[in-house]
Amino acid sequence: MCGTCGCGTENNGPIISKPGEKNHSHGDQHHGEHSHDEHHHHNGHSHSHEEHHNHSHTHEHDHNHKVLEIEQDILQNNQLLAARNRGYFEAKNIFALNLVSSPGSGKTTLLERTLADLKAEIPFYVIEGDQQTLNDANRIAALDIPVIQINTGKGCHLESDMVYDAVKKLNVKDNSVLMIENVGNLVCPSMFDLGENKRIVIISTTEGEDKPIKYPDMFYTSDICIINKIDLLPYVNINVENIKKYALQVNPKLVFFEVSATTGEGMDGWYQWLKKLKLEYKN
Amino acid sequence: MHELSIALGIVKIAEDEAAKAKAERVTKIELEIGVLSGIELDSLNFIWESAIKDTVLEFAEKEIVIIKGKGKCIDCDTEFEIEKLFDPCPYCNSYFKGILQGKELRVKALEVI
Ligand SMILES: Nc1nc2c(ncn2[C@@H]2O[C@H](COP(=O)(O)OP(=O)(O)OP(=O)(O)O)[C@@H](O)[C@H]2O)c(=O)[nH]1
Ligand SMILES: [Mg+2]
Ligand SMILES: [Zn+2]
Repeated sequence: MCGTCGCGTENNGPIISKPGEKNHSHGDQHHGEHSHDEHHHHNGHSHSHEEHHNHSHTHEHDHNHKVLEIEQDILQNNQLLAARNRGYFEAKNIFALNLVSSPGSGKTTLLERTLADLKAEIPFYVIEGDQQTLNDANRIAALDIPVIQINTGKGCHLESDMVYDAVKKLNVKDNSVLMIENVGNLVCPSMFDLGENKRIVIISTTEGEDKPIKYPDMFYTSDICIINKIDLLPYVNINVENIKKYALQVNPKLVFFEVSATTGEGMDGWYQWLKKLKLEYKN
Repeated sequence: MHELSIALGIVKIAEDEAAKAKAERVTKIELEIGVLSGIELDSLNFIWESAIKDTVLEFAEKEIVIIKGKGKCIDCDTEFEIEKLFDPCPYCNSYFKGILQGKELRVKALEVI
């Protein structure tokens, strides 16, 4: 059983595939790629010791009882693998973004428009995370952008090891931008660092003003907030300023872009940011 | 529900540590969970039984130590308790704060035989 991806049996782990490729067996996914041993480097702090007899016992137990004071971070495994991704991205000068939102906020639509408008200037690669189907990867592949689909099955978020395997499989070139579209879910992806340079949370104008305080973790851990579907503002009873007000209560450092991924309105500001940051991360 | 991933992560830590200590099974596991860690205790408890089935944790007693949230205002240095990530400083109402504690998500100790 793999505690990283949460899959308990052979066939509900993540499946990584390229559009147009034949089926895969579970064997060639992330399980084959790493040995579970490498997850367990402790930072010198973690130790297991037996309780010595000179310890003052507060409870009775029989002689072969041992207490292991391990103090181990439960997310440490994912964090170590995220650090490995970060090192890989840095070495290859890849600018990696993790796009998170509730289902249907417009992550894929935003990507489609961005890739179409900027692909002449910037080499892009895309990783699509969904529980099922290759639909989103097919939409990206239609733009002639290299893309990998990760199907997480029952998993509700991407984890670092899946991204690592997908990046290897994508054969990402140096100096490119890697867009990682996480599984549509406003809760779970927040806890799992993928090694990205920046995290982008997308919220659409149909989702309600108080989303940021209902799901604070996602807004707390993001750097950028894209408010999408502003073309619908005349039809919905929502004030964009209130979305921002709530989001800033959770995370006063958030930077906002207001866009419509379908009409293209407001996309320029986001493009400027993307190009500027890509340059800043160049080493 | 990411609590399942978290529970399976806990099981993996317990299995590895028990194997290292050449222990047969775990009789007790102590967890430290901060109120700002992003874990819903109800959800964790809900999936716990199914996650530990047929593992070294199957018969282990589970003890959860809840760690309160604590922050420090960046504008006025006041330290205060945080229940929600968007709680402002009670002194100056600023939302700029550093989190001092409450994000913990740890296996503190295992009792094994
Ligand atoms: N009116 C309007 N509709 C939009 C906009 N952006 C996306 N949509 C529509 O919203 C729906 C969902 O868009 P997607 O891009 O598939 O959303 P997603 O976030 O990728 O969804 P998941 O991958 O399932 O989480 C589609 O019907 C889009 O056409 C927008 O700016 N304005
Ligand atoms: Mg999508
Ligand atoms: Zn203050």
